[in-house]
Amino acid sequence: MTEEKKQRVVVIPGDEIGAPGLKSGSGSYRRDGKVFAAQLGIRNVRGDFVNVIPLGGRYIPRGGDSVIGIVVEMGPSNWLVDINSPYPAPMHVSEVPWKVEFGDTARYLTIGDAILAKVLAVDEIKHVQVTMKEHGLRKLDGGQLVEISHSKVPRMIGKGGSMIALLKDATKCRMFVGQNGRIWLDGEQDSMMRATQAIKRIDEASQQFGLTEEIKKMLNYSGTPQPQGDKDGE
Amino acid sequence: MNEMGGGSTDIKLIDEKGIRLDGRRVDQLRPIKIEAGVLKNADGSAYVEWGKNKVLAAVYGPREDHPRHIQDPTRAVVEVIYNMCSFSVEERVRPGPGRRSVEISKVIADAFRNVIFTEQFPRAKIDVYIEILQANAGTRCAGVVAASVALADAGVPMMDLVPACAAGKANNQLILDLAKEEDNVGQADLPTAIVPKTGEIVLLQLDGHLTPDEFDRCLQMSMNACMQIYELQKDALRRRYATSANDVVETEEAKQ
Amino acid sequence: MSDVVSHIMKDQIYKLAARGMREDGRPFDKMRPMSIETNIIGPAEGSARVRLGDTDVFVGVKVELGTPFQDRPTEGVLMTGAELRPIAHADFETGPPQPPAVEISRVIDRGIRESQMIDLSKLCITPKEKVYMVFVDIEPLDYFGNIFDAGSAGAVAALKTAKVPAKRHGFGEDFPMPVRAHPVSVTFAKIGKHVMVDPTLREELVSDARLTIVTDEKGDVRAMQKGLSGSFSYAEIKECLLLATKLGKDIRAIKIG
Repeated sequence: MTEEKKQRVVVIPGDEIGAPGLKSGSGSYRRDGKVFAAQLGIRNVRGDFVNVIPLGGRYIPRGGDSVIGIVVEMGPSNWLVDINSPYPAPMHVSEVPWKVEFGDTARYLTIGDAILAKVLAVDEIKHVQVTMKEHGLRKLDGGQLVEISHSKVPRMIGKGGSMIALLKDATKCRMFVGQNGRIWLDGEQDSMMRATQAIKRIDEASQQFGLTEEIKKMLNYSGTPQPQGDKDGE
Repeated sequence: MNEMGGGSTDIKLIDEKGIRLDGRRVDQLRPIKIEAGVLKNADGSAYVEWGKNKVLAAVYGPREDHPRHIQDPTRAVVEVIYNMCSFSVEERVRPGPGRRSVEISKVIADAFRNVIFTEQFPRAKIDVYIEILQANAGTRCAGVVAASVALADAGVPMMDLVPACAAGKANNQLILDLAKEEDNVGQADLPTAIVPKTGEIVLLQLDGHLTPDEFDRCLQMSMNACMQIYELQKDALRRRYATSANDVVETEEAKQ
Repeated sequence: MSDVVSHIMKDQIYKLAARGMREDGRPFDKMRPMSIETNIIGPAEGSARVRLGDTDVFVGVKVELGTPFQDRPTEGVLMTGAELRPIAHADFETGPPQPPAVEISRVIDRGIRESQMIDLSKLCITPKEKVYMVFVDIEPLDYFGNIFDAGSAGAVAALKTAKVPAKRHGFGEDFPMPVRAHPVSVTFAKIGKHVMVDPTLREELVSDARLTIVTDEKGDVRAMQKGLSGSFSYAEIKECLLLATKLGKDIRAIKIG
C-alpha cells in the first residue's frame, strides 16, 4: 500500500517541477534556468527528463502507438484518417497491405471505414502518418466502437493488461483498445452491451481503488483472466 | 462612464465607514466560485460565478484550422468569441456580435496569445468560447478567469494561468472589483489580466478618468487581487483531477 | 472531422434497432431523463435550464417594449430564437443562425404560439402603439441531440415562471406572464424502418427523418414538423401522435425545480 498510495500531486501550467540535473521533457518548459509545467497533469521523471503526463485534452500521437482511425477523406494515392487528435493523419497507399493502383483507393477503404493502424514517427511540426502494414493491423468490420478519454487508456488496459483481459474473458468479446481512446469490440449483442457498460464505468470512475472488484461484480465474473500476449487487445 | 459623477450629489456607493452597497470594503473581491470540466462536448471547460456574474467558458482544440488557406504554418491560431446571452442583462441584448463583444473577444485573445505555446501546433486552431449567462459588471475579467481554467482543462500547453480583475474609482475612492451599480455611475474602470509567474500585464483597458497616482494604485490593487484569484483557479483544477491522478501515473509508469 | 459517421456506428445502431434496442438500452418509446430548473438567471424575466440526457440547454425570457403587428394591434408580440452556438458542439460555427437553428426556433415558436400559451391580449399597453414584446432565447450549451424537445420544455418552463416587468418599464406593478396552456414537444427519429423517440446525438447522425409533434393538455395537436430528407408513412405518423400525447402527459408532470 505504501509506494502505490504516494500522493500524486496534480501540476498546473506554471508550477515549478524541476530539480537539479533534470532537463525539460514533454509537457514542460524551461525558463530562467528552471523547469515548469506547461500542461495540467502529473509530474513524471524518466531518465534525466522531467515530464508532465497530461490528464485531459486531446490525444497527442506518439510514434508506435496503436490507434483506431476513421477514414474521412480519400485521395488518388492516400487516405486521410481521423485519429481523434488535433490533426488527421494521412495514410499513403504504400502503407497498406494491398497493392493499390493510382486512383483506386476507394476500392479498399472508403469514408466511414474504421481501421486498426499504427502511428509512424511524428515530426517536430506534428505531422503524423499512420500505417496498416504491420501484422494484426486491418480494416474493422462489424462490432462496435466506444470512445473514452485517452488518458483513461492505461486504466482500461490495466497493469500487465489485466483489466482488458478481465473484460474479454467475462464478456467473451474480442476487444482492441487504441491509444487514442477508441475501443473496438465484437461479440454477442448482449455481451457487447455489458462490455460497453463496463467500459463506460471504467472511464467515469474517479479512482482505481476497488475498480477491478466492481467491474468483476458488474460482469458477474469470478474467474481469473489469462495472461495477455498482446496487451492492447484481440 | 459618468464623467460628471462621483460628487456628493450622486448615489452613495460607499458609506463613511468605507463599506460599499453590497457590504464589501473598498479592497474586497466579490465571492468567486470556479468549477472546471463542466461540459461534455468541449475539450475543456469551466464555469465561474463571480458576484452576480455567471460565466461559462469552453475550449475546442487544438484542432485543424479550416479552410486550409488561412492556416498559419508556424503556429496555432487562437480565437476567442465572447458572447453575452440576450437574457444576461436587464435590458435585452440583441443576439449577434456587437462591436463591444468583438473588441472584448480580441483583447482576451491577445491576452492568451502571450501564454499559449502556439508554436507546438502549427496549422491548428484553438477556439475559446465565453458565454455570459448573467452579467453584473466585470464579465470580461470573469471570462478570462474561466477561459484560463478551460484552456488548462483542455490540455492546451501554456506558460501559466491568467487571472484577471478590475479596479476603478467611484465616489472619489479607488475600489476593487466594481459591481454593476458602481460601474454604472463610477468614474473609472480598469480591467487587468496578468501572468502571475512574470508579473507581465497581458490585458489592460481603462475607461474613465484617473490621475497617474490613482492609476498606479488601482493597478496595484488589481494585480494583488489577481494573485488571489490565481489560487482559486488552481484550486478548481486540482479539485477536478485530484482523484484520477493516482492511477493514471501508476499505469503510465507500468507502461514505461 | 467529427461529422463523418463510421460505418461501424451506423451498422451497430441499425442492428440494435432491428432487435428493438438502442445504444443506451432504452426502448423505442422511452425518452431520456429530463430535469428542469427555473429562475436561474436574475436579470431575465423568466429562465430555465433543461437537461435531457446529456443535452444541456439554457432558455431566457426577456420582456421589452415594442410596437404591435399591424394586423394584431391589441396583442403583445412573441419572438422565439434559438442559436446553435459553437460552445455546444465541435461542428457548430459562429455566425448568424443557419437553417437548422432557424428551423428549431420556428418549430418551438409554433408550438407555443398555436397552443395560445400566452394570452397576448393581456400584453397590450396602448393599442396600435405600445405592447410588451416577449423574447424567448434558447441557448444549448452541450449538444447531445434533440434540442427540439429540450428547448421547447425550457421555453415553456421559463414562460410559465416568468413575470412581466411592468415596473421597470413604468407601467405599474409587475405581474405574472399570462399563461393559459402547457404545450409539450415530442420528437421522433426514423432510422431505417424503425421509429424511436428522443434521439441521441449519434442516433440523429444516422437517422433519415425526424418528426416533432407538439400537443396540448387535451391531446390536440398544435404543431408538427417533419425534418430531414427521409419520410414517414401515414401509419407511423398516427402512432407517433398517440405516443406524443402519452409522453406529453409525463413531461407536463415533471416537477420544475
